[in-house]
Amino acid sequence: MSGSIPSLIAKRIAVAALTLLLVSMIVFSITSLLPGDAAQALLGQNATPAALAALRAQLGLDQPAIIRYLHWLGGLLTGHPGRSLSDGLPVGVLIGKRLPESLLLAGLTTAVSVPLALALGIVAAMYRGSWLDRALTITTLSMVAVPEFLVATAGVLIFAVELHWLSALTFVLDHPTLGQLLRGYTLPVVSLCFAVTAQMARMTRAAVIDQLNQPYAEMAALKGVGLSRRVLVHALPNAVGPIANAIALSLSYLLGGAIIVETIFDYPGVARLMVDAVSNRDMPVLQACAMIFSAGYLGLVLIADVCSILSNPKLRRS
Amino acid sequence: MSPQAVPSPEPQLAAHSPEAGSARRRRSRIALSAAGRVGLALVVFWMIVALLGPWIVPHRPGAVVSSEVFAPMSLRFPLGTDFLGRDMLSRILIGARYTVGLALAAALAASLAGTVLGLLVAISGRWVEEVVSRILDAIICIPSKIFALVMVAAFGSSVPLLLLTAAISYTPGAFRIARSLAVNLSVTDYVQAARVRGERRLHVACIEMLPNMIHPMLADFGLRFMFIVLLLSGLSFLGLGVQPPAADLGSLIRENISGLGEGAPAVILPAIAIATLTIGVNLMIDALPGRGRPAERGGTA
Repeated sequence: MSGSIPSLIAKRIAVAALTLLLVSMIVFSITSLLPGDAAQALLGQNATPAALAALRAQLGLDQPAIIRYLHWLGGLLTGHPGRSLSDGLPVGVLIGKRLPESLLLAGLTTAVSVPLALALGIVAAMYRGSWLDRALTITTLSMVAVPEFLVATAGVLIFAVELHWLSALTFVLDHPTLGQLLRGYTLPVVSLCFAVTAQMARMTRAAVIDQLNQPYAEMAALKGVGLSRRVLVHALPNAVGPIANAIALSLSYLLGGAIIVETIFDYPGVARLMVDAVSNRDMPVLQACAMIFSAGYLGLVLIADVCSILSNPKLRRS
Repeated sequence: MSPQAVPSPEPQLAAHSPEAGSARRRRSRIALSAAGRVGLALVVFWMIVALLGPWIVPHRPGAVVSSEVFAPMSLRFPLGTDFLGRDMLSRILIGARYTVGLALAAALAASLAGTVLGLLVAISGRWVEEVVSRILDAIICIPSKIFALVMVAAFGSSVPLLLLTAAISYTPGAFRIARSLAVNLSVTDYVQAARVRGERRLHVACIEMLPNMIHPMLADFGLRFMFIVLLLSGLSFLGLGVQPPAADLGSLIRENISGLGEGAPAVILPAIAIATLTIGVNLMIDALPGRGRPAERGGTA
């Protein structure tokens, strides 16, 4: 636990980079150590051996696995992770089109869920044992346990099929009005917020309560400091690290949830692209998408780590 | 600590319950809260369903027994019929068996692998620890659904593959908890004493450390079971999980999704089945004394 802040952060970044490298090895070995290869998949069962061999040479499949891995990794790093097997488009272009849509969905969800969760968690911690606190505990336990697809399908049934208030599919328009945006995005965003918010609120509550149980918070209480001041001025600054962790961990739920939600609402994002790639066995697209999601997870964890390093006053001296 | 200045860290439900706090405290090691009892009842119910399923089905789950599709509940078909006119009661009984059985097996495999690796790391040198931790840290970075998509795309979906995928995906989490438990235990006096006594490392791990890890690992096992149920149902809902003609609860929802508009029991009941199973597990674990929820790391000891 020694070292200055920059060196600690640099170390975290190095570990994250190493982990991402390991992830790329895992993803590559799972997707390329299978018996049938891409050439076979493209040409079908009746392909002549000569055609197969030619296509393999063209795709570089005749080279040893390690060379193919390095080639793929190089492409990934320079932004050219190969071509899609199903429509021949560069994977970079396919993902480049869809990444902003996924980020928009994630951004909207974050913008709704983080303030809501922080407020709920802090209030629940302030009034421990109140009806709000108990309601939050029960709702959290239930929400975490309900799959996203149930929330999403129930939402579609009630608000789109029965009430016609919202759109069941999310169409991406070039210049949507606020009304269109609300109609199209409410259901997917709410479905994603469901589990994420509950989880985040509960972890925030735990972090704040943890601080309120410390001797310094007790000292402040004995001095006669009011509850809200004790929570906001005394406890909260010390809970920034754990809360940042809670937010990052909960948001990483979004990555998995996006798979289901983008599929249900036919949303043109990266997760939907990945599900389609599974059906088409489009390995280059699949590999690139898996790397993006894993990098997203690592990025979130890294940000949380850096936040807790920066918010630790013991490290601030140097 | 002065009790009146700072609210005591007692369970919140006790503070407001009409019963005397002391009586509750005395019983708290055996008695579950009301929510915990509801959870336990739900879990026991689904375990029994999963066990007895094949012997109590009224019809063969694959047989088309009615000409009416998406039939409502009736005496002849207590839970209605599905999109082909098959008996929903039979299909849910067998579907629950798939969901519960697969998730139990995968959670068991993940918890066992995590515990063994955690103990291994605690008793071996730095090198083993570095290698095992790095690889498992990498796996934890691949979100479980993404990992499952990669596995299904590479090897095709089958029951053994789903089991393996869920087990691999949830091993790192179990490993992290097992390792932190083992590291805490390895500095206790009795483990140190066993070392000084000259016990072999295997003895230290299995006889001295393992018995003290079982309790928190069981709570963790329950959570892992719940997450695996969610993962597998999600995959089946996407059509990438258990393949027809077999069907788990997630596949049942997918098959019958066209009945959603008319509110057919065929799509609503499997959804309720999944929700009661997972909420039940969650309520039960939350009520356990000394639960090891990852969300509240303060409680892990």
